[in-house]
Amino acid sequence: MTDLVPVLIDGIIYASYLFIIAVGLTLIYGVMKILNMAHGSLYALGAYVTATLVGAWFSHGLNPYGSFALPLLAAILVGLVAGPIIERGLLRFMYGNDEIVLILVTYALLLILEDLIKLVWGVESYSAYQPYGLLGTFEVAGLPYTKYDAILVGVAVSVGVALTWGLARTRQGKLLLAVIHDREVSAAMGINVQRVYLVTFTIGTILAALAGALIAPKVSVVPAMGVEVIVLAFAVVVIGGLGSLPGAALGALIVGLVGSAAVHYLPQVELFSIYLVMALVLIFRPKGLFSAAEARKI
Amino acid sequence: MTAADRTLPALSLALQVFLIGGWFLPDWAQSLLILAFGKGLVVLGLLLLIRTGLVSFGQGLYYCLGAYAAVSASKILAFPDLMSDALAMPLFGGVVAGVLGLVLGFLLARYRAIFFAMLSLAFSMILYGLLIKMSVLGSSDGFNIDYRTLAGIKLPDGMKLYALYALSTLLVFIATACLHRYLRSHLGRLAPAVRDNELRVEYMGSSVRYVVHVNYIIAAVLAGVGGGLVALSIGHIDPDLAYWTTSGEFVFVAVLGGTGNVAAPVLASLLFEWIKSAAYQYAPYTWQMVLGITLLLVIMFLPAGLWSIFQRRAREA
Repeated sequence: MTDLVPVLIDGIIYASYLFIIAVGLTLIYGVMKILNMAHGSLYALGAYVTATLVGAWFSHGLNPYGSFALPLLAAILVGLVAGPIIERGLLRFMYGNDEIVLILVTYALLLILEDLIKLVWGVESYSAYQPYGLLGTFEVAGLPYTKYDAILVGVAVSVGVALTWGLARTRQGKLLLAVIHDREVSAAMGINVQRVYLVTFTIGTILAALAGALIAPKVSVVPAMGVEVIVLAFAVVVIGGLGSLPGAALGALIVGLVGSAAVHYLPQVELFSIYLVMALVLIFRPKGLFSAAEARKI
Repeated sequence: MTAADRTLPALSLALQVFLIGGWFLPDWAQSLLILAFGKGLVVLGLLLLIRTGLVSFGQGLYYCLGAYAAVSASKILAFPDLMSDALAMPLFGGVVAGVLGLVLGFLLARYRAIFFAMLSLAFSMILYGLLIKMSVLGSSDGFNIDYRTLAGIKLPDGMKLYALYALSTLLVFIATACLHRYLRSHLGRLAPAVRDNELRVEYMGSSVRYVVHVNYIIAAVLAGVGGGLVALSIGHIDPDLAYWTTSGEFVFVAVLGGTGNVAAPVLASLLFEWIKSAAYQYAPYTWQMVLGITLLLVIMFLPAGLWSIFQRRAREA
């Protein structure tokens, strides 16, 4: 049990990026009641744009430390372009449909985005490793960790804090909570629900792309990454409770720690264990760990 | 109702056409049809679930289980001769899938909407996670699979493919005909009632959970048999059969065909496999995009699936 510390640290690093993806997914679901299957493809898009930007940055020999701004730039770029196009161009025609129909719509979107990525970037893998090792490492319990990973954890925490603060303390956040609570009454009270949807979806897209952008330097960027990550993100939000912010944090921690423990102790069961936890949570708490009681409507 | 009454004669006519016509088809076309029929069985199960108001993003679980059960039957069980039989293997796959469906059904019958979709997805990913890392189960390489007999009769080399083709045609006929009868039985008619209003069904004295559970098991058996057939046709199985994109493909085909008639899933599956094989050849990087756009168009303009085109014509006539 001496290696409990690395398990914990790896788990927290893993959880950080899971949280950034999942929080966007849960935000979109909470406000718009859309379980966005294409979220993983937006994540992949963020990773690809980052890889391209980082590649261009270093081939021009610019100041390497400037490359840390690139993931953020990529995320905002992807979010501001793809978010409004998808929401205005497609999703707004679908509101009012069954939740299952909306899942199918986003599934269609996933299929389209996957091939769009292949068309633009091809099928070979990209890498953007340069920023990862740039800051060097630090040691915990005799094992080296990159400072990049520490930044990743910091970004996840800041995203969580910013969203919590934004929802509870700002005017925009309170409007959002009103729309979550009752869309029709909010619209009747003069809240521009259309705009709230647009802003929410764009923020969700930025978060998905940000997660992809931050992970790009750590992994090789390949076409299948979006499809792989979306089921993990589902596991996170379902464990925590769909639409819940603290739920996404808890879900990310659980999935992160279970995943890293499995990798360290029993690598054969890594994927298996995550979905087992998801199934168990659904069996005993069907609406997730952080779900509020809901009145039955007839 | 006159249109629905024609279903059984039309199915038996289709059976004869496919049985005789298949003999003259080239090998690749026969293989393609076997694949489409096998997957059509899985989608047939989804039709039943969708009629009950449920969409499963995890039918890959039973599809994969059926395929693996067929292989393990021939590899592990005590009767290697019996168990390399083209009929026995898919049926065994169906039985194993049905047993798991029975067990998991106790749990899943309590869930609706996205929670049903997510939990079924989780179960299929559990199987995927198990298979991909366990070397006794073949890990990511999977297994090869072959058949030598059909219902105990040894098959000469020239007959093997057509025998499997005829078997799958027959199985699809039996499955669609039985399901058609089932949908018009008391229990079958409760399915749309459950989708429309569960509370009323309960008030009228029927158990919603029982209806969901039975339909879930039927869907599992169909997926298991379908998985067994596809495994025999391809000759190879691997964990991707349980991956969630496989299940997503089934949902796609189900939405494409619609739930208007038991023939719709099979026809949609034929169309899908045909387009897929053509698109794979000519547009390997854009065929998913074509699928996605098709799905969007179907959702927007034909929410009841391609089958509704026939229905509309029948009503106008």
